[in-house]
Amino acid sequence: MNNSHRRIPAWLTDYLGMAGALGLLLLIFGLSTENFFSAATFGTIANQIPDTTIMAVGMTWVLIIAGIDLSVGSVMALSGAVLGVALARFGIPLPVAVVACLLVGLLCGLASGLIVVAWSLPSFIVTLGMMEIARGATYLVTQSRTLYVSDRLEMITDTTLLGLSAPFLLAVLIVLVAQFVLSMTVFGRHMVAVGTNETAARLSGIAVRRVRLAVFAVSGLLCGVAALINTARYQANPNNGIGMELQVIAAVVIGGTSLMGGRGSVVSTFFGVLIIKVLGTGLAQTGAQEPTKRLVTGCVIIAAVVLDYYRRRLRKTGTEAAQ
Amino acid sequence: MIGSAGAILSVRRICKTFGPVRVLHDVDFDLNAGAVHALVGENGAGKTTLARIIAGTHRDDGGGMTLNGQSYRPAGRTDAQRRGVRMVMQELNLFPTLTVAENIFLEDLPRRFGVINYRLLHRRAEELMAAIGLRDLAVDEPVGNLTVGSRQMVEIAAGLSQDCRLLILDEPTASLTDRETCLLFDQIRRLRARGVAMLYISHRMQEIKQIADTVTVLRDGRIISTHAIDTLTVEEIVNRMVGREISHAPAARTAAKGRVALRVENLCAGPRVQNISFDLHKGEVLGLAGLIGAGRTETVRAIFGADRLTSGRIYLGETAKHVRIRSPRDAIAHGIALIPEDRKEQGLFLPLGVDRNIAVPNLSRLSCAGIISPAAERTLARRHIDTGAIKCAAPDQPAETLSGGNQQKVVIAKWLARDCDVLIFDEPTRGIDVGAKFEIYAMMADLAARGKALIVVSSDLRELMAICDRIAVLSDGCLAATFSRNAFSEQTINAAAFSRHTATFRTQGAAG
Repeated sequence: MNNSHRRIPAWLTDYLGMAGALGLLLLIFGLSTENFFSAATFGTIANQIPDTTIMAVGMTWVLIIAGIDLSVGSVMALSGAVLGVALARFGIPLPVAVVACLLVGLLCGLASGLIVVAWSLPSFIVTLGMMEIARGATYLVTQSRTLYVSDRLEMITDTTLLGLSAPFLLAVLIVLVAQFVLSMTVFGRHMVAVGTNETAARLSGIAVRRVRLAVFAVSGLLCGVAALINTARYQANPNNGIGMELQVIAAVVIGGTSLMGGRGSVVSTFFGVLIIKVLGTGLAQTGAQEPTKRLVTGCVIIAAVVLDYYRRRLRKTGTEAAQ
Repeated sequence: MIGSAGAILSVRRICKTFGPVRVLHDVDFDLNAGAVHALVGENGAGKTTLARIIAGTHRDDGGGMTLNGQSYRPAGRTDAQRRGVRMVMQELNLFPTLTVAENIFLEDLPRRFGVINYRLLHRRAEELMAAIGLRDLAVDEPVGNLTVGSRQMVEIAAGLSQDCRLLILDEPTASLTDRETCLLFDQIRRLRARGVAMLYISHRMQEIKQIADTVTVLRDGRIISTHAIDTLTVEEIVNRMVGREISHAPAARTAAKGRVALRVENLCAGPRVQNISFDLHKGEVLGLAGLIGAGRTETVRAIFGADRLTSGRIYLGETAKHVRIRSPRDAIAHGIALIPEDRKEQGLFLPLGVDRNIAVPNLSRLSCAGIISPAAERTLARRHIDTGAIKCAAPDQPAETLSGGNQQKVVIAKWLARDCDVLIFDEPTRGIDVGAKFEIYAMMADLAARGKALIVVSSDLRELMAICDRIAVLSDGCLAATFSRNAFSEQTINAAAFSRHTATFRTQGAAG
């Protein structure tokens, strides 16, 4: 048990691995299609990334406490719908509409969290219910019609800094803050503890319910933030975000976060989102149709978790000691 | 030619490594038919690894075995079982939602037209349970409803359900009461008479003296020696295990009784805690004795806020005002700590490092405005790894890779770092090697000397008599008697433990 040689920190090898996979993808698409490396391509990818990333950050936290949030796509749609209706139908000033949008997300997350905590229910089923509720509410609020409000939200999409769009920068900022909270704060440690062993967490004096509730609330709030960007880009369409929860979960899992709780990284999730988006855009450029795209994406998701299994096993045999 | 006359199993030059760690070095030994062979050693000595190689769950890296003169190298557990080698695992292997009978015969369920024949299954299970003296255990009860002790007996019954020539028992009595242990020993004697060879792994020296014929000492993956059991005293065995002389028992302490640290009045919580009242003084070690299911664990959990109180009051210090403890969080805020009975399930965050485990209850002290100081965390971990003598390669080594004794030291360290006034230890030495046991006793004595108040729950009465100032005996959820040190006697304490029990086996609730 005395291997005193210096180890490379695990998180660094993880990030390098993810960056390598991403680089490989870029290389493959760069070689196989003529104008993959163009401003247009990266513009397309950069436009798709922010809302997914922001929601994936919330999902990463939820998975770390051994939960799941299936309602993110619908909650984002509902927040966007409220934003759209507030602006287009009631002519409410922009700042107030934005606050309402965020509040809707937060309240949905709080509601899911409260139900999960109050009756100790599996979050899978509670958020499945919330997914339907929020979608139904979205149709009600919008009367099933798209509200054209993106011109009112131009400042969100058009602001740039150093050539990067405001949504992209916001997403990166949220990733960094969420990673900091996860690895450097008491709250982050409590999340990991709750996700690793709930009983031990409770017996160690952690307010398990409060941690759970807070994480679901944050996930909801981040859906509200994503809704601002999504609506600015795609209008307040009641069908926005359908199926998005699965794409978000896929990105988080590709990032190596465990569905069993206790283990995950927000930065890796960001790499996961990049991989999924580069894959989608790249495949589209090679002329692949929807069926091929989905097939390949599916294979990548499975390959990612299989790789993760071997990576963890390798690490485990390194430290396994005699019993 | 390997193997020797009379041996049913011969092990020659077996080696095993896990990653960089060599666990077994050229191990040689023989098991004879109709004999109980004890295998002893500290945790991490390689006992369980050796047993698992014989039982087919691990593969050796070198060496060879013969079974009945034929070469033996099982490909897996089922292969070993086909050759008549079975192992009762240290960690329970049962399915909590299946019944006792289903668990016992899981690999060989009687079927008719592909459908399980429950009548036959239950009859067979009842016969088997009767044969090992467990008549009062319902075979159609889901295993999840049984106490830990009863589960262990079911596990053993499952091991005996099929013909076996070599039975490996790894810490079988770790969670058994004295009465259950007697039943098990009867069964072992019966099997011995039938010519079954048994490999018996245990930390309990008294038991080994009682049941084994031969004892082999394993230390750091090497066989130290093999002796007929009568030729060695317990001290001699222990000294061979640890490789150094250790004093037989912790020095009896004469504690100057301090002020009251904790007073419990008419505590009730569920069916297993009825009107419990006692005082605990600073610098005192109070033992809680009783049979499994007597309500010891439930009592301490109620004090710690882990289970809800139905009534009763808890006072801290000599104040007249009681404190309200509704969660472990409240208890900890009032300076009470609980080292739970099941360290893996309730005490540790197994995949996390030793440092993270120690930090968990101390984060508020290690942080500023909610942000953790990695330097403070590292310092705290280092200090407690040193003072607690926790053997780990690095502070961030995952807790799951430590031996049982070191895992327990991590759980204790995380509470020592918190500097609580009242420390409750629930079965602190279960499944822990002798060396670590004495270190933990020393730690407790030191805490008491520093004015802390300790409650220790243990099924090992000799342990309690050695380390406690007073022993409170619970019987069927009630406080039956309290003995102070000069009145300790195994007989009277046992009598008190049995005083309110008519039948010791109950099939509901968790173990006490």
